[in-house]
Amino acid sequence: MYRYIWLVPLLPLAGAAINGLLGRKLRFSEKLIGGIAVGSIALAFLITVAAVYSYAFSRNAMWPQTYVTSQDGAFKFTWIPGGAVRLTQGSPELQALNLRSEAAMKRAAELQAQQNQPVIGGNEQTGEETRGSVLDVEWSYQLDALSSIFMLIVTGVGLCIFVFATGYMHGDTGFYRFFAYMGLFMFSMLVLVMGSNFLMMFVGWEGVGLCSYLLIGYYFDRQEAANASRKAFITNRVGDFGFALAIFGVIATFGTTQYTDVFGQAATFPLEPLGHWGLLSWIALGLFIGACGKSAQLPLHVWLPDAMAGPTPVSALIHAATMVTAGLYMVTRTNVIFQHSQTMMMVVALVGAATALFAATIGITQNDIKKVLAYSTVSQLGFMFMACGVGAFAIGIFHVMTHAFFKALMFLGAGSVIHGMHHEQDMRRMGNLRKYMPYTYLTFLAGWLAICGIIPFSGFWSKDEILWNAASTRYIPVGWIVWIVGTIAATCTAFYMTRLMAMTFWGKEKFLGKQAGGEADEAHASAYDKGLTQHDAKFTSAGDRPRHEPGEHVGPTGSSAHAHDDHGHAVHIPHESPASMWVPLAVLAVLATIGGFVGISTAFTGGKHIGGRMNIVNFLDPIIWNPATHHFGKEEMLDSAGRPLDGELRARAEVLPAGIEAKEASSPYGPQGFNLAEIADSKLHNETATEWLFIVISLLVAGIGIGLGYLFYVKDTRLPDIWAARLKPLYQASYNKYWVDEFFGWAVTRRVMDAARGVFAFDSKVVDGGVNGSAWLTRLSSRIIGGTDQYFVDGIVNAIAAFVARLMSPLFRAAQTGFAQNYALVMVLGLVVAVALFFGSDIARAVKSVFAIIL
Amino acid sequence: MNSLPILSIVTWLPTLGALIILVLFKQGQSDQIKKFATAWFGVAFVASLALLKYDRALGGMQFLEDHQWIPVIGARYQMGADGVAVLLIVLTTLLGVIAALSSWNYIQKREKEYYVLLLLLQTAVVGVFTSMDLFLFYLFFEVSLVPMYFLIGIWGGENRLYAAIKFFLYTLVGSVVMLLGVLKIYFLTQDTALTGRITQGTIDLLAGNQQAAALVSSTLQAAAQNGTGTFNILYLQSLGSVMPMGAMQVLLFFAFALGFAIKVPMFPFHTWLPDAHVEAPTAGSVILAGVLLKLGTYGFYRFNIPMFPAASADESYFFAGTNHQFGVRSIMIFLAIVGIIYGALAAMYFVVKKDGDVKKLVAYSSVSSMGIVMLGLFALNPNGLNGAVLHMINHGIYSAALFLLVGIIYERRHTRNVAEFGGLSHVMPGYAAVFLSMVMTAIGLPLLCVFISEFLSLRGAFEANPMWAAWGALGIILNAGYMLWLYQRMFFGTIDNPKNEKLIDLSAREWIYMTPLIIMALWIGIYPKPFLSYIERPVNAVVRQVRPTYPIPGMPPGVDVQQRAAAK
Repeated sequence: MYRYIWLVPLLPLAGAAINGLLGRKLRFSEKLIGGIAVGSIALAFLITVAAVYSYAFSRNAMWPQTYVTSQDGAFKFTWIPGGAVRLTQGSPELQALNLRSEAAMKRAAELQAQQNQPVIGGNEQTGEETRGSVLDVEWSYQLDALSSIFMLIVTGVGLCIFVFATGYMHGDTGFYRFFAYMGLFMFSMLVLVMGSNFLMMFVGWEGVGLCSYLLIGYYFDRQEAANASRKAFITNRVGDFGFALAIFGVIATFGTTQYTDVFGQAATFPLEPLGHWGLLSWIALGLFIGACGKSAQLPLHVWLPDAMAGPTPVSALIHAATMVTAGLYMVTRTNVIFQHSQTMMMVVALVGAATALFAATIGITQNDIKKVLAYSTVSQLGFMFMACGVGAFAIGIFHVMTHAFFKALMFLGAGSVIHGMHHEQDMRRMGNLRKYMPYTYLTFLAGWLAICGIIPFSGFWSKDEILWNAASTRYIPVGWIVWIVGTIAATCTAFYMTRLMAMTFWGKEKFLGKQAGGEADEAHASAYDKGLTQHDAKFTSAGDRPRHEPGEHVGPTGSSAHAHDDHGHAVHIPHESPASMWVPLAVLAVLATIGGFVGISTAFTGGKHIGGRMNIVNFLDPIIWNPATHHFGKEEMLDSAGRPLDGELRARAEVLPAGIEAKEASSPYGPQGFNLAEIADSKLHNETATEWLFIVISLLVAGIGIGLGYLFYVKDTRLPDIWAARLKPLYQASYNKYWVDEFFGWAVTRRVMDAARGVFAFDSKVVDGGVNGSAWLTRLSSRIIGGTDQYFVDGIVNAIAAFVARLMSPLFRAAQTGFAQNYALVMVLGLVVAVALFFGSDIARAVKSVFAIIL
Repeated sequence: MNSLPILSIVTWLPTLGALIILVLFKQGQSDQIKKFATAWFGVAFVASLALLKYDRALGGMQFLEDHQWIPVIGARYQMGADGVAVLLIVLTTLLGVIAALSSWNYIQKREKEYYVLLLLLQTAVVGVFTSMDLFLFYLFFEVSLVPMYFLIGIWGGENRLYAAIKFFLYTLVGSVVMLLGVLKIYFLTQDTALTGRITQGTIDLLAGNQQAAALVSSTLQAAAQNGTGTFNILYLQSLGSVMPMGAMQVLLFFAFALGFAIKVPMFPFHTWLPDAHVEAPTAGSVILAGVLLKLGTYGFYRFNIPMFPAASADESYFFAGTNHQFGVRSIMIFLAIVGIIYGALAAMYFVVKKDGDVKKLVAYSSVSSMGIVMLGLFALNPNGLNGAVLHMINHGIYSAALFLLVGIIYERRHTRNVAEFGGLSHVMPGYAAVFLSMVMTAIGLPLLCVFISEFLSLRGAFEANPMWAAWGALGIILNAGYMLWLYQRMFFGTIDNPKNEKLIDLSAREWIYMTPLIIMALWIGIYPKPFLSYIERPVNAVVRQVRPTYPIPGMPPGVDVQQRAAAK
């Protein structure tokens, strides 16, 4: 079955093409458009499930091997036959690297011998250009543990969101356009996670960027949406700059972009511990810049909160569940490269930790429900990078998965709330919605508990594992800093999510009799109903959404007709959303509740990841490189029958490089100093007890966050204002997002615009000025010469430049008379002089030979 | 050689059409003239498709023709095309049809002369790509100026005379200097001390196949009989490989380079381009950007690099310190990179500015784009050259499309001022979609053609020096910046200008000429293999000519590697 995975990206593309190209022309009904879109995604999801099952769990499963569709000819074509390449990077680095042990040195020499490609062409005497390869980028799909998980997330969560969107976007005149973009997005995202080489990842990477651009700017008549979409695209381009250079580096080092080849070679490269900045560190840096752009890490996070200008299903699908996790996919996919560079591991962990805390503190003060969720997403992505940085890649992906469940759930829940509140996004005008929207409330509750990290909700398992791995990491020396920052960020998370719950679902109704404000900028066309005027739309346009004007009345409107009048209530109060919207919520709520059991913590199961390959950590193991053994996967890999894999894989794992001490083996980069878990361990003398200690701490901080939130926003609602006043500078900084946008606007955008102005001024004044100046000089000199030599000049002009003159004469009569002739004259004279000077002897010979022939 | 002279047919067919129009049609019959001319362009396009049967496995110069022409100086009527030329010819003939079709409404005066000149221009341009004789090449290269000059000067905008004269004289200055180089290298073919060192291996490498090599030797025989030199391009290229690196090689390199650099145009010789574009009629801009600029880059590919390999690869001629070096190639790379960034920033000015001219923006973006081509060319490796050559084609597609799109809105509104537009998506959704697809092509979105060529060019540059690629990639970020901003200002938001409320969307004729360009952009982006296979062997030959030891699979280093290495 897994031979058919090439259908998975193709189906959404086909759906998008049908909707996009024909939807408008043939006036497809909403049902048809929705049916095509949802149907294509559902089919893709089913194929994915079947493919993953047959790949990993069936009798003759391929797992843990990697399946590439080109290996058995299921799907392949040569995309870019780029021609010969010379491997310019690699070897010198290997030699220059200062390795720790003699054995490792020996090994490096060995590896280097292996790596040298067969010599094609080349010349020994000149000593250059001995290593060569051919760049043939192929288009084929890869199925392995990592792409399986991402395919399931993308198509599964995507399906829920597509169904939700058919309800949410109901009535929008751009319905076909919306689903065409969404289908195109699914295609790009699937290419991103299924491609078998870096270039295909880049295709998906840019493709999702395009769809994000189109969907953020979906309501393109609104200035802020248009600006946000452009900002998102260009910020991502900055990241892509690094990504592209990293790909060039990969090609220059390995001569190919195919994952299997690149990682196979990279695995044999020597490690680059702290203080050694080598080739793979450069590549990892480039990749990470790309990841920062796509996954909104500091300092490239600025686009994500603005991206909330798009419709809410877009925020859920693209800006929470899938696209923004592409950076995680990339880092995990290339973990062999990252793990080679201890410096980059540390950078990843620290950037992740900083982002987690930074965004969480902003989330505390925002009032727009989607902005809170956006900053929460940025923060959670930071947690994921934290996991990767401390070497727990599988846990990072685990958090990607749980986050996809609970964050998609909360975004859709927020969409439901906004829908029910008639396009109100400001939480200060909500409250007590549990009474009006029970399904939304219940499902949101699951999301809230999951993100706060309350056992046994899914978020607990992944977040706790991240913090535990940070505390116990042997990959980087600063794990304890990461742990402390992460723990504070987790507290903030619990606090701001409780705040969100309290302001939205609990407390008093604050929407009665209130005025709409300018901040209510999410709105959509479902406010329309056929034949009825909208209750709150000032005017409509092709963007098709009702809009609030500041001060406009959106409260109860008495007898006036309104959009959602199928409920028939007299006063305008919030209402539950239709089934097409709350059923996906329920599905996601179930997943958010129980989804964490696939990665149950070892402390609960006696120190082992139970469940064989059903456990996500074991499942992902084959793609995680082990720097201690220089091989992929750990020893506890299981074969298709669930038994430990022996034979070759096991043998490879056991042969540790001689000279690396047994203790060092778990810390491949050498002793790493201060380690929280080890210190706790030395006091407790019990590994399980140590892990439990950290579990209790993380539960405790979640409890503190929730408790504080409850105290501030339910118990005593005056407290927020009091503390905001007391901590005014901090509050202001958080409320204004630390002025990062303003800084970039000033330091980058303004400067580039200045540069553009400067360059153009230079161009027109200096460069073109030079051209026009020389024309003027020529005219001047010719006038001087012409005044004295008029007759002589005319004679030569007529003789030599006759053809020019004749061709141009009708025009020149209209223009300045004699202008170009003088030009041509000077040029021809100059030519004559130059020819005489440079070619005197040649001409003499030529003339002689010509005469010789003629006479 | 005895079969149908397909290159001559493709070259001269438009001239025949022009003659027919001149003789058979009267000034007033504008409707028939434009239909006939367009049909004739279509015929020329179909004829040029015959070139696609170029034998890609064989490579080298094909479709050879050889006739006596001016025996006194040894100039012959020799034609031949390699894969690169074939693609550029087909691009030219395709754009010819599109240009004609786009002029139906735009051109309202002197239609007869207009279409005659358009047809003559095509002959000149195709002739440049088909010539295998430097003298013939130079003739076509020069003659191509004249129709363009009139197209701008007669059917251009307000400031057309200034632009036309500037265009003409500026490019003429370059080609006059080039003429010096042409003469000098011609005389060098009679320098037996030099020519004696040319090996048959080099000629075979450059000719690419036996027929072309045989043509070179028969040309040499004829020249020897007459006691003249020769203008055969393949022989001149071979000559370059034995010419010692020194003042003469460098001077000749720059003599040719100036002519081509102005045409490309490279910074700082680009200022004629925005003026010419702004004043030219749409079809003029299409041909100018789509084809005429390629004459410059094609010149670098055909002449500068293989003819002066030592100078092209030189990085230490002017300054050779221990840490820093500076040579001929350094200058070219420097100008290319400056062009990329500079062109992008200058283009950005027209959206930063409140009332920028859209056409000027596209014109400056061409400067940036041609910088990428030059960077790829002087990366001097297969990736870079493949990318550069493909980028010539791709730039021909997307910049032509953008100029057409600007022309379409200009026909409706008679302005190109960005400030006049806004919210056009509401009234012209089809136009907006096509514009978006071309903007996305221009900024190098994968699965569209420019991505492939930019990727390969920069990849080649990275191989030469990672910093070059980094600079180039920076320019691409800027490209995305101004293109998206332009799109936002023209198409997003609400319609503020009442004049835009009644605009009509693309007509059937406009769809007809935009569609091929969209299809080509997608095709090259999704499946570039057919296109790359045309240029693979010629490009490899050029790389091998410049760098005899470059590892190219299936292509053993030439027999004279050692000798050439010593000559360097």
